[in-house]
Amino acid sequence: MAMLRVPVNSNDHIQGPDNAPMTLLEYGDYECPYCGRTNPVVRRVQRYFGPRLRFAYRHFPLTEIHQHSEAAAETAEYAGAYGRFWEAHDMLFENQDCLGLPLFFAGVRSLGLAEQGLRDALAHGTFADKVRRDFLSGVRSGVNGTPTFFINNRRYDEPPDYEPLVATIAAQLEYASMPA
Amino acid sequence: MSKILAPGTSAPEFTLRVTPDQDLSLSEFRGRPVIIAFYPADWSPVCGDQMTLYNQIRPEFHKYGAEVLGISVDGAWCHQAYARHNHIHFPLLADFHPKGAVAEKYGAYREQDGVCERALFVIDRNGIIFWSYLSPIAVNPGADGILDALESLQNKEK
Repeated sequence: MAMLRVPVNSNDHIQGPDNAPMTLLEYGDYECPYCGRTNPVVRRVQRYFGPRLRFAYRHFPLTEIHQHSEAAAETAEYAGAYGRFWEAHDMLFENQDCLGLPLFFAGVRSLGLAEQGLRDALAHGTFADKVRRDFLSGVRSGVNGTPTFFINNRRYDEPPDYEPLVATIAAQLEYASMPA
Repeated sequence: MSKILAPGTSAPEFTLRVTPDQDLSLSEFRGRPVIIAFYPADWSPVCGDQMTLYNQIRPEFHKYGAEVLGISVDGAWCHQAYARHNHIHFPLLADFHPKGAVAEKYGAYREQDGVCERALFVIDRNGIIFWSYLSPIAVNPGADGILDALESLQNKEK
């Protein structure tokens, strides 16, 4: 059973309370169609569990097969540097059919951020290290494609669908809340 | 499930087609660690595809001086099309004729299905199996086990 080697920490993009009993972590690629399809599923799972679940996202760009995935990840990180990570994240997944620099620039402009800032960040690879660190932590943790989920540090090997995700998280939540 | 060759066993030598007109032998890699990944078939869904993943992770294998070889019963032409389509830069070997004979030697052939198991081997620079792992056929094992094995192999050789 593959285990997460680098627990979710303050370097991660996180939604939900720090003291939530359950953590769902996704390793994803903005150009992966399965991840795109799964993003609304994650949102539903978050709504179902409310404050009992926190959600974190790390980058796992498969650049050999997805030519825009690295720049897309760095675009999300650029937005993240201004506190707008999740808006960029959703925007990228919702526009998978037109990924590329024009979308990335228009996306950050729509968040009120400077297009030139993103141009510079992509040119200098300002966020490449962060994306690389995410990728390597996934490699060492047994990420085996995208999306790969971890629920409280344990790799989730069921399909990335609503029912099995909710069922798995609910079962662990129940277990965690049982008196010792 | 099959019983794959265990650590400490000498890795059986083989020569297989790597392209429609070239062969590759295991002994060509003597002197450096080799990862052998037996897998059921080319062309599984891409984002969760084991060979695509190893292709992406390959620089990490190289940090240990290791090369990765994929082996399935697909023919060399099939491998070529698949490798081109997914930009795979490491050798994919065709255990095609006699079908599955090399996988059989490693205990990694699924007779009932006529395909290779999802089995991993890390072989040391002297051709001895250092680590092996048989994954459930439907689960891509990822690369964490391989990298852990390469790391302990490196520590052992220090």
